[in-house]
Amino acid sequence: MNTQSNAMPESPLGSQGIAPAAMSETRPMYWSVRRELWENRSIYIAPLAVAAVTVFGFLIATIGRAMSTTDLAQRRAVLEEPYTFAMFLIMGAAFVVGIFYSLDALHGERRDRSILFWKSLPVSDLTTVLSKASVPLVILPLFSFALTVATQLIMLLLGSTVLLASGLSAAPLWTRVPLFQMWMMLLYHMVAVHMIWYAPIYCWMLLVSAWTRRAAFLWAILPPLAIGIVEKLAFNTKHFASMMQYRFSGGPEAVGMPGSLKIDPMTHLTPGHFLSSPGMWAGLIVAAIFLAVTVRLRRYQGPI
Amino acid sequence: MTVIEARGLRKAFGTTTALDGVNLRVEEGRILGIIGPNGAGKTTALNAVLGLTPYQGELRVLGRDPWTERDQLMRDVCFIADVAVLPRWMRVSQALDYVAGVHPRFDRAKAEGFLAKTDIRHTSKVRELSKGMVTQLHLALVMAIDAKLLVLDEPTLGLDILYRKQFYDSLLNDYFDRSRTIVVTTHQVEDVQNVLTDLMFIQRGRIVLDCSMEEFESRYLEVTVHPERVAAARALKPIHQRQVLGRSILLFDLKPDLKSDLKSDLKSDHVDRQKLATLGDLRTPGIADLFVAVMGNNTGQMQGAAR
Repeated sequence: MNTQSNAMPESPLGSQGIAPAAMSETRPMYWSVRRELWENRSIYIAPLAVAAVTVFGFLIATIGRAMSTTDLAQRRAVLEEPYTFAMFLIMGAAFVVGIFYSLDALHGERRDRSILFWKSLPVSDLTTVLSKASVPLVILPLFSFALTVATQLIMLLLGSTVLLASGLSAAPLWTRVPLFQMWMMLLYHMVAVHMIWYAPIYCWMLLVSAWTRRAAFLWAILPPLAIGIVEKLAFNTKHFASMMQYRFSGGPEAVGMPGSLKIDPMTHLTPGHFLSSPGMWAGLIVAAIFLAVTVRLRRYQGPI
Repeated sequence: MTVIEARGLRKAFGTTTALDGVNLRVEEGRILGIIGPNGAGKTTALNAVLGLTPYQGELRVLGRDPWTERDQLMRDVCFIADVAVLPRWMRVSQALDYVAGVHPRFDRAKAEGFLAKTDIRHTSKVRELSKGMVTQLHLALVMAIDAKLLVLDEPTLGLDILYRKQFYDSLLNDYFDRSRTIVVTTHQVEDVQNVLTDLMFIQRGRIVLDCSMEEFESRYLEVTVHPERVAAARALKPIHQRQVLGRSILLFDLKPDLKSDLKSDLKSDHVDRQKLATLGDLRTPGIADLFVAVMGNNTGQMQGAAR
């Protein structure tokens, strides 16, 4: 089966001059990303584990807290509470996984010498670096979004079951918890903050992992810290530090953080404001520069 | 067709010179062995050929500049770097999937055919395989790629004799043909003596010997000298002599006038083959014996340069 399906596309490819060129664009990228997922299973296991823990906690809450209270309004409140919490946890897990993944992405392959194997194949350094960058920038946000949706649906079903079992209507739960708005909001947040706004952070981590021989984590943190300290001592200002804080907080979209979703989610969808913020564009440019340096570094680097 | 062409190839790491103006020309269909002491510059030379390290001087591999066109070059070039560089977390089936995915000239059925002859299971992870099996796996992957140049850097380091023998047998029987070219470095010279078509000695970043195996056989002669003829034999200026079980073994260069890195003219022998035959038993020396002779004569610190 496998041999057949793999051998089939090869034969016409070999005979034509154009087809292999077309292949070189997309297929190595696709397989490089798959390779990352094979190697780093924490990319999906960690968020999955967090989701499982959340559902388990919710289960205890529904059975324990919700059922122990006799006040029906309070019981409903208990059941409505944890949706944003679940979302927050999964996103946080994805962020942490993204940071650790990025710090190891181009360091691990040099440490275990497998870079010599990767470099023996017709995959360019650009494709490799882009495939690695796509993990924290595209795959993790999309996966954690899908996982959040799935988790919240499971929680909704569990909550409904409990309500129905206690003789209450589950309908208010479905109307009171603004799941659909929450998902729209979350998707927007994922794209705006995790994919675009955080891009320079992840790309900086990738650059450090391509450059450092050891202690990638320290090298990622120390230079920004040093700049902040020197600035403080020399000029008694905190521009760099506040810039960093602004970057990590999510920038113009900080108000869109899920914690504040309940207030009124839709009014915080401000793509126009976000797209016109210089911080976003400056961030993207910095991220692109970091990536270009990373590609260059990978060309020079061998095993360590 | 010229597969590798280097002129004045230089590479320095800080103050150490790894390659000191190497001129190299490898034609299609050859199996070149590059032999040298540790730190002679073998790996550096191969890394330059593979586009893994920047260099000074001119270098073309299959008409391309390896440093700037590595990814395209790697469609036609395969390499196995010293022992296991296959990622240890990878499963055998994943390795097949991945190479099939990224390499346009990979024939998966062929690779599976090679693997079927070994004890390697598709579900195994690389970390679960023995050193010999990892090499078999890497060789299966590489032999299934229809490449023009195969570069092997110490491919059999740390393997037992059976695996080593099998490795070169597979290469010769199942892979090599006149349209392919192989460049190999190794310290286990006795393994490759009958495999190579060309031989090159490198020392401290310089090529000190470059000849085909036919030249090697016609040019160098080892004589196990009869005890009473030792003085007469020594008078003929052997390039090296050693004692084995009380017998003198002398190594002669039949064309000492030729600079060692020039292709020799096979007709006129400086020291007569017939004359040597009267002194004792003749035989073609092993590469290792010539290596010791040549490296010993180019005395100095053997471990001078970086790899």
